[in-house]
Amino acid sequence: MIESLGAFVEELRAIGIPVSLVEALDAAQAVEVADLTDREGLRSALGATLVKSSRHRPAFDAVFDVFFGHRLGDSPSGPDVARRDETAGRSGTGGGAGEGADALREGLVAALVAGDETALRALVAEAVTRFGAIEAGRPVAGRYARYRVFRALDLERVASVLGSRLGAEPSEDPLDGRLAAERVRRLLDALRRAVEAEILRRLVADRGPVPVARTTRPRLDEDLDLLHASHADIARIERALAPLARRLATRISGRRRHGERGRLDVRRTIRRSLAHGGVFLEPRFRKPRPSKPDLVLLCDVSGSMATFARFTMQLTAAIAGEFSRVRVFAFIEDLDEVTEYFDRSVDFATGLAAMYGEAELVRLHGHSDYGRSLATFVDRHLDVVTPKTSVLVTGDARTNYRDPGLTAFATIAKRARAVFWLNPEPRRHWDTGDSVMSLYAEWCDEVAEVRSLRQLERFVEAAALPRRVR
Amino acid sequence: MEAFADPAAVEAALAEAGYLADPEIAQVVFLADRLDKPILAEGPAGVGKTALALALAEATGRRLVRLQCYEGLDEARALYEWDYHKQLLRLQADAGGRWEELEADIFSEPFLLARPLLEAIRSPAPVVLLVDEVDRVEVETEALLLEVLDSFQVTIPELGTMRAVTTPLVVLTSNSTRELSEALKRRCLYLPVEYPSIERERQILRARVPDLPERLAVKIAETVAAIRDLGLRKPPSVSETLDWARTLLALGIDELGAEVTAATLNVLLKHRADIERTTKELSLESR
Repeated sequence: MIESLGAFVEELRAIGIPVSLVEALDAAQAVEVADLTDREGLRSALGATLVKSSRHRPAFDAVFDVFFGHRLGDSPSGPDVARRDETAGRSGTGGGAGEGADALREGLVAALVAGDETALRALVAEAVTRFGAIEAGRPVAGRYARYRVFRALDLERVASVLGSRLGAEPSEDPLDGRLAAERVRRLLDALRRAVEAEILRRLVADRGPVPVARTTRPRLDEDLDLLHASHADIARIERALAPLARRLATRISGRRRHGERGRLDVRRTIRRSLAHGGVFLEPRFRKPRPSKPDLVLLCDVSGSMATFARFTMQLTAAIAGEFSRVRVFAFIEDLDEVTEYFDRSVDFATGLAAMYGEAELVRLHGHSDYGRSLATFVDRHLDVVTPKTSVLVTGDARTNYRDPGLTAFATIAKRARAVFWLNPEPRRHWDTGDSVMSLYAEWCDEVAEVRSLRQLERFVEAAALPRRVR
Repeated sequence: MEAFADPAAVEAALAEAGYLADPEIAQVVFLADRLDKPILAEGPAGVGKTALALALAEATGRRLVRLQCYEGLDEARALYEWDYHKQLLRLQADAGGRWEELEADIFSEPFLLARPLLEAIRSPAPVVLLVDEVDRVEVETEALLLEVLDSFQVTIPELGTMRAVTTPLVVLTSNSTRELSEALKRRCLYLPVEYPSIERERQILRARVPDLPERLAVKIAETVAAIRDLGLRKPPSVSETLDWARTLLALGIDELGAEVTAATLNVLLKHRADIERTTKELSLESR
């Protein structure tokens, strides 16, 4: 147990979860008093001692399943798995799966509706054996097996069967309909999780936890790639964004207020001295109230940049209180002010849709045109940039071989307090092809490769804190 | 001295005190008791973090010592303070005494005002120490807690180190408005407290609002879960769910439908944008 705990801690560190030596020792102690036959109990014990942030819990859970999921499960013995794999080899080639799948689906639905865990696990094991095509010793990741099982079971049909089974009493009320749909979704999730756990169990039994952990290594939310985020990743980033914004806001306002001491407050010092018989024992100081900076966001929202710009806008909208004013401008071919779409009273997604529908960003072809956009900004909106303003530009600086509009950019940069450029492309791609990053960089206080939430957070913080004059 | 035999005993004892703990909470409380470590309970507002400490005190029959954190909390409010006025009186009453004696005298225990942390340490009977909303104090102030959490002792320069006579059971709560320092987290067992599952929330509803019909309890729990999934600005907390259940009960409603929900949504949600969004997403508009 101690060895596997060591390997487990190693793996957590490899993902980027900080685990100190003290915490590893605590975990060892916890394992001693915990009941090792109780898998969920062990999970809680290790989680409480090793992982000190709820953001890291999903990754911890995934690694835990790899390392300890199978050992404490119900049928952990190796030979058993091997035997099942043999039968898999036979029936997998047998062909006539369609008929079996129907019966299996019926059984699964019945188990799900009844909430019968044991039956569900047995049936899922059966399904994985039949359709998963996991062969001992073959270095496949679980993804393909999962795809095969889900295809054979046909989740949409499972959902419709579940729906008809649960919605026994049809109702007129829209709330009832919604709740029934939620119920189906929850049961489907349970099925999905059961299948994934079963596949993982087989893989680990075959190859041991350490190699499997390496191939299935999860990424922490703050490290997900913003530029190439998949649909599921975007949902995760979105969920991580709100708490991140809240933490960021507290940090900024805290630093701003406690940053430095103010002038002596004579009135309060005298008042305080009365408690000590008129002796000035405790000098009091005025709390410094440095003014909040303005923020101007210039976001390239053309196809490739859209996701990234969106997270930047969302993060700044969420901490708008830390700025005295936030103005948001979006551009593709041309630039338009879009601040009003992200007012606190409207939902962010609605605002975003409205922005694409109504703002004048596209003229002809819909490729980004930095020159024209920057010129429009200087023409119409230059007065929003003052010496108190931080300008945050997001974009890949890919001009499509058109005029980069450097004069306009320089005009903006000279007026502003600070200019930050956030580029979601890897640094090695800058200045290749039509990217003119280094031309803009000359006028920026800082240019950063921002590919994850972690990096984005750092820059928004820099833009919000008071800054010495350049 | 261990208060609990195993996690199941924790769950039973807490249930006795009116707190329905899930297995994870029970396990962590059990570990905290065995390893003598503080619990750091973190999660959204209104999921029952403070209630856990209250229930623990009741379940173990210990006294609860509470330190409510706020911005600007300092040593004098958290640990101890010298009773300046009493010291002054002592000096005046004994004018002309020898200074060495006086000094030793006025910096002794009778002149010490124990604040919650010191109080918890000095208590002859074991206590439950609740440090509430620890994320409200500044990072620097967190350091005040470290000595107490780590070795259950407080060092007073004039008096020396005071060690705990009995080990207190410590619960810290945080709404995670900011990241707590590594030093603090390292010393604690971390307990993320999330919104309860539908089944658990139903049990809570049944326990706290006994008059609520079973069918309605299930439906309330399901509806609240669906609302929490929408990703609102302020999702409904457990206490708001309970308020909603009591409201429905008081209105004499025994069948929860779209219309009733739409009309009473303001008990559950406190932001206009949240109410509008929920009404739209759950299609509650009156037809």
